[in-house]
Amino acid sequence: MTLSAHALELPGRLDGISLTLRPGELTAIVGPNGAGKSSLLACLAGLLDGGEVRLDGIALDDVHPHDRAQAIGFLPQTPEVAWDVTVETLVALGRLPWPGALGSEAIEAAIAAMDLEHLRARRVSRLSGGERARALLARVLAGEPRWLLADEPLANLDLAHAAALMGKLRGQAKEGRGVAVVLHDLAAAMNHADRVVVLANGVVAADGTPAEALTPDLIGAVWNVSARWLGEPGAKALSI
Amino acid sequence: MTRLNLTLLALIMLAAPLSLLAGQVWIDPFDPAVPNASTILFELRLPRAVLALAVGSGLGAAGAAMQGYLRNPLADPGLFGIAPCAALGAVLSLWTGYAASAWTLPLFALAGAAIGMLLLSLIAGRSGGVATFTLAGMMLASLAGALMSLAISLAPSPFALSEIVTWLMGAIADRSWNEAWIAVPGALLGVAALRLAGRGLDALLLGDAVARSLGINLGRLQALLVIGVGLTVGSGVAVAGIIGFVGLVVPHLVRPLTDRRPSSLIVPSALAGALLLLVADCLCRVLPLAGSELRLGIALSLIGAPFFLALLLRMRRGTSADGGWA
Repeated sequence: MTLSAHALELPGRLDGISLTLRPGELTAIVGPNGAGKSSLLACLAGLLDGGEVRLDGIALDDVHPHDRAQAIGFLPQTPEVAWDVTVETLVALGRLPWPGALGSEAIEAAIAAMDLEHLRARRVSRLSGGERARALLARVLAGEPRWLLADEPLANLDLAHAAALMGKLRGQAKEGRGVAVVLHDLAAAMNHADRVVVLANGVVAADGTPAEALTPDLIGAVWNVSARWLGEPGAKALSI
Repeated sequence: MTRLNLTLLALIMLAAPLSLLAGQVWIDPFDPAVPNASTILFELRLPRAVLALAVGSGLGAAGAAMQGYLRNPLADPGLFGIAPCAALGAVLSLWTGYAASAWTLPLFALAGAAIGMLLLSLIAGRSGGVATFTLAGMMLASLAGALMSLAISLAPSPFALSEIVTWLMGAIADRSWNEAWIAVPGALLGVAALRLAGRGLDALLLGDAVARSLGINLGRLQALLVIGVGLTVGSGVAVAGIIGFVGLVVPHLVRPLTDRRPSSLIVPSALAGALLLLVADCLCRVLPLAGSELRLGIALSLIGAPFFLALLLRMRRGTSADGGWA
């Protein structure tokens, strides 16, 4: 089971990126603004055509949209909820790729996994930022995707909520899902990811374990800041 | 069938027989001594009630679907430009005088609606983008409106002018079974198409990108909407003229009673639209107005405009208090 991109090209955004995601792994995709992170994620989700993306070896273009939707869950950068539905209704929308009314168990599991039981009847407009982020992720989980692609899920979250959400995403990877998350917080990537892919100007600048990929030298070269890590791997903070 | 739908259906069942009895001539079911009672009932009031139910259900469902598609509580079925195109067709039949024969006006209006649907699909193309589609609809509406004004300003006779202006006000008075035969299939097929669009509209609640990631084909969704809105609104305008505000107001009244997903709003909006038009038409009939009766389109706009204003004010207040959703 793999989700792989082969030499993706998008003028001005992606310049020949190849990447294979593996199940059970939390991959952090990091890079400066405009490096092509969101474009890469959208290509992997089948929402942007930048070249060949393969799901379990089959070209994504040849996979039926419903099968693709069942396999790949996508959380966009600025999630929109147009009508003020309750948390439970929102989460249930994640079942849309699946036919029939089955799946109430998956909805319950997603609500439980994101600690939303006490909020299930609350309207989305009345959620705090952290609760909203969890509810939106629960919507993706309700579809029981094998691949979970989230574009900056930590945006607008404070330190504690961000750490909690990264913990949830880690838990999903542990359950065997392939998780790819676009992040800006390098410390979060260092501490929570199994693998870090650094993008710069549409190409992969580094790819490996957090300690291999996020070296001070590479951070200096890609972000143009001098930085050093404080602490041991697993609880590292970035000093700039 | 949800409890809301059953309640609305029960209310319609209750209102429909009452509406048949009410009017300038009141019919007492226990004293059928009124002259021509059966003619009044079966040739005037029954087709009129059927028309009210068909046109109202179509407008209600189309409004609910449009608001869901555009993710905007202020959307109205007229926005796609199909209603103005249908009205333009009807105006042209009056302008040319062809409308003298019974079927011509509705047929011209249906042709106008069909041309509107075709143009809309051609202009918006296959991109499935909501913004292009809406702008195309608005341009179409404004073009049809301009052509209608041109037809009015160049009216061949004062008689034609008055015919056009009166028709545009919207009414279901003095209609026959002929019109019902157009409105009922249009409403039924149209509401069915809009119901099919429900799943896609639910997904669209989360934005274009997420809807696509959930496996929704936005092009197909757009086509279903054009067909659904075209059939309901096109047939509605063909038989009743422009009746505003039903499509805007009804989904608002119904939404708080549902889980607010667009798909769970379509059928209740159809039923509530039918009920609203039935009751409003009945009131128009019984309201004493010197020698004539209040036009349904005017009556609904009279109720609708203040409602719309209150809605806007509530939304403005709501942006700070409860997140801006009506």
